[in-house]
Parts: sequence; structure tokens; C-alpha cells
Amino acid sequence: MPDWPGRSPASPGAGRLTVSLHQPGPIPLAADFCCEPGELLALVGPSGSGKTTLLRAIAGLYRPAEGRIDCGGETWLDTAHGVVRRPQARRVGVVFQDYALFPHLSARDNVKLALGHLEPGGRSACADDWLGRMRLEGLSDRYPSQLSGGQRQRVALARALAREPRALLLDEPFSAVDQVTRRRLQRELALLREQIHIPILLVTHDLDEAVALADRICVLHGGRTLQADVPERLFRHPASAEVARLLDRHNIFEGRVVKVEGERRLQWGPWFLQVAHGLESLSPRQRVAWYLPDSDVVLHRRDRPSRGERENPVTGRIGELVVLGGMTSLTLVFDHGPETLRFDIATHAARRNGLARGEWVQVSLLAAGIHLLPQTQRD
Amino acid sequence: MDWTALSVSLRLALMTCLLLIPVGLWLGRTLARARFRGKSLCEALVALPLVMPPTVLGFYLMMSFGRDAPFGAFWHSLTGEGLNFTFSGILLASLVASLPFAVQPIQRAFEAIPANLSEAAWCSGLSPWQTFLRIELPLVWPGVISALALTFAHTLGEFGVILMVGGAIDGETRTLSIAIYDRVQAFDETGAGIMSAMLLLVSFLTIGVVYGLAGRRRWRYA
Repeated sequence: MPDWPGRSPASPGAGRLTVSLHQPGPIPLAADFCCEPGELLALVGPSGSGKTTLLRAIAGLYRPAEGRIDCGGETWLDTAHGVVRRPQARRVGVVFQDYALFPHLSARDNVKLALGHLEPGGRSACADDWLGRMRLEGLSDRYPSQLSGGQRQRVALARALAREPRALLLDEPFSAVDQVTRRRLQRELALLREQIHIPILLVTHDLDEAVALADRICVLHGGRTLQADVPERLFRHPASAEVARLLDRHNIFEGRVVKVEGERRLQWGPWFLQVAHGLESLSPRQRVAWYLPDSDVVLHRRDRPSRGERENPVTGRIGELVVLGGMTSLTLVFDHGPETLRFDIATHAARRNGLARGEWVQVSLLAAGIHLLPQTQRD
Repeated sequence: MDWTALSVSLRLALMTCLLLIPVGLWLGRTLARARFRGKSLCEALVALPLVMPPTVLGFYLMMSFGRDAPFGAFWHSLTGEGLNFTFSGILLASLVASLPFAVQPIQRAFEAIPANLSEAAWCSGLSPWQTFLRIELPLVWPGVISALALTFAHTLGEFGVILMVGGAIDGETRTLSIAIYDRVQAFDETGAGIMSAMLLLVSFLTIGVVYGLAGRRRWRYA
């Protein structure tokens, strides 16, 4: 019976996957990240951001000009010392986007093929065992064309894990199945993670999927790793305006540091905003980009007008009101400039407040949520 | 019925198949997978025997097989024999004339295999050779069968090239097609008819068996 890969306890960092890949072209790469055993790191970014290239480089299917890849105490790639391990020598499990199952082999034989490290006599039983763990009992003799999308994905996962890999690479594994199957498979992956203690890399362009499944998210653009962090911190404190935009964040603005009654404030249009962290290190008159998560925008009730004593009160006109089921997306426009503030509220709250396009509303921009972005070029 | 001619024809067809299939596998796979400068030129050269009149191809082969031509001289230095009017000569000519029939079906079959299947095999621990034998070859098998059928049938029926290079030496270069032509020239329509029926039967059986084999294996790339 096969053991789950990497189940035995190891010294901290022993099973870690560290990746550092650099090349100017033809596919530019400037990627540095690591993934701990048992951790699921999602690589997110738009199409062409180099996610799949990175995965292929880790698997040994693409050879970058410069870089180093270490996994489980082994060096898979070290261009400085001429070390390049072939894919066969890397012990990596890969689930390809379209699963890449061998169409002429049954599910059992697909998995068996990855069991070259076992004695030939024990391979069939082991393959059936893996298929059983993926809840594919009784389907061992079926060919890939006789399986549903979700079943194929599980066969691909069984084949990837059967090799007892040191790292598991998943290349958009949920993109080829319908929404219902996707949710089920995502749930199964989350459950599976509790049993495998190897680094898992998930390439996806679906942010919701990354947030739901990943311990950390690494944002990629143009082959560069821009930021890697836990989802909560990443979404509240993006390292740059670029990261915020890649994470589909709105509410990125530009303001100026000013001193009001001896205290540093952020001037934005006619308002002098309080900021919980970061202003003290900036000098007055300095221009600064800032970001506010839409969860930190609080709508004031229109039947109880504030007298201005609330936190960072800001008044704007509703430029857009889009009802999306239970949530309503509001976009506020301001007299002082073209910047717009977008946030979601419950649809019943929008109705109760009688919100409509063109209406004036007051919101609070929570001081703790205002995140000052490092000086970067706004693209 | 000219059994000697039938035997020459079958021997020629079998040997052509035997020698061309490995070439077809290598060339077909290379043309399907590799990206290199001059690939279109290579493909055009492979396809050339398809569009050339057989007599023209035969003429050029006959000229290059002569002892005063570089290839003919090279062959002579290697084997001590000439190529024109010999079985070796018509075999070489058949190899050239049937090249597209062997390469193209195999190339199409390789092109139909998604590239990441081989990559998945490597990531499962299979060496490039194991990947070829256990993944690629079974998947291109219908293409190989088609190539076999086409090469076999085409070689059996080849006339112009064989006649130009080999003439009609009994037991050496006189194939069944040429024997039929000779019978017609001698106004022996019955003899020509029997041999034609034999050639038709052999061709039909070959294609039938081969397509029967190939038809059972059509993989859907799921």
C-alpha cells in the first residue's frame, strides 16, 4: 500500500519548494517564491502573466535562462552550476489543464504508468488503491473518453500523486469542468490537502478560487512575482497599485499629505482624511497613492444624517447602481475629480435607504482600512 | 498466371513496407514535432513523388543510379553492383516513390497527439523511449496501419518508375504490373485478365485487413 507522499514528519523547511527564475525573454521571468510542505500557494495573474511557464519550469518542461529550483532538499535546477534535472528525475506530480490522460489506457493503466518506482507485481493493486482514494472505485477499467470531466480530473490527480511526488503542481485544474463539478472538486482538493504534506502550487486566473483554496496567493504579472501573502493581507494591503488592480480592486486614489492642527492627514479632494498607519513616515505636501478595501466603506443611514462627527465622512453622488442578486454595487462620483468610489451593500439596505442613481449619499472611509501604497508608476 | 512476377511484386512490396515504416515513423514524428528552418521544404520534398509523373521520377532515378552518377558510383563502390535493372534498384526506387505514402499518414497521426501527453508521460517518470513505445506508438498506430496499406498497395501497382529503373527482367525486376502490360502487348488478354484480377484481389485484401485493424483503434483525445 502506498503511503501518502511526504507524510512522515520532516524537519522544518526540509520539504520546501523554493523557486527563483530569471530571464529577459522570450518569455520574461523574474519570479522568486517558496512554498512550504503542506502549503497551497496559488499563482494568480492575467493570461500571459507567466503562470503556466513557471509551472512548466518547475516540472522541468521548460528551461529558463537563469535560476534555481530546490525541492525537498534536492536541487532540480541550478543554472549557475549547470544542474538541470530531467522531468523524470524531479518527482513532481502535475495535473495539466486538460488533464492529459492517455486516451488508449484505462484509468487503472493511466495511474499504473506513474508507478514505475514500485515492483511490477504490485502496481495494479496500488493503482486501484489510488483510484479508490479518489472515489473512483469500479471505474478502473474505463477509458478516459468514458469518464466525466470531474472523474477525469480525479484520475489525473491520482496519477500525479501515485508517483509520491515531492511537489504537486496544478495547472488550472478546474477550468475544464462546469460550475457544480468545480465546487465539488474544489471541496475535495481542500479535503485532500489535509492528507498530503508536500508543497502544492495551484495556477489559476480565478481569484475566488485562489482565495477559497490557497494559504497564500502569489500575484504575477509579465513573469514577475509582485507579491505573495495570505489572502486577507494581500487584499487589504496590496504592495502596489498594480497589485491592487491585478486583484480586481477598485478604490485606488491619489492624495496629498497635509498637516491639520499639528496632525498629519491625507487630503483627498475637499476632505482631510485620518489614516491609522503610514502617514507619520511621509513628509507634508507629498503626493501618495492610497487604497481602500470596499469592506471599509460604511454607508450612513439617510434617515439619520450625521453631523460630521463620524470617521472620515465623505459625500458623493451615486453614479452607478447595479443590483447583483443579494448585493448591490454602488459607484460614487465626486465633484472634485474623476475618481470614483465603489463598494457593495446588501440589496435590502440599498432599498431601505431609497438609493437611486443621482442621489447624494454620505459614507465613512474607515481610517484603519486606508492603505498607503508605495510610490509606483500608475499604469 | 506469372507466379514469378507475383513473387517479385510481393517481395518488393513487403520489403518496401519493412524499410519505409521506420523511416516514416522517424520522419513523420520529426516533421510533426520539430520546429526548424526549411521544414516546409522538407515536407515539399517528401510529397514530391506524389505529384511527379512516375516516368519522370523513374527517369531521374535511372540517371542517378548510373555508374557515372555520384549516387550510382557510391553504390557500386559499396556493393560492387549496379542499380539499374536489379531488384535492389527497383527497391530503392520504390522507397523513394512510396515515401509520401509512408510519411504523411504517420505525420498526421503524430500531429493529432496533444503535445502535453508526452510531457505528462515524462512527469510520470517515463523516459523518452518508454514514452515513444507506450504512449506515442499506440496512439499513432492507426496512422502506421494506413501508411502500411498505402505503401503496400502503391508498390504493388507501381509501373512507370519500376519500368524505367528495372526494365522487365524475369525473376528480378518484372513485377506483376509489368507482366500484365507485357501480356496485353502480346494480345494475351486472358492472361492479363487473370493477373489483373489477382492484383485486384491482393490489393483489396491488403486494404481490407489493414483498415479492419486500424478501424478498431480510434482514440478520442478526451
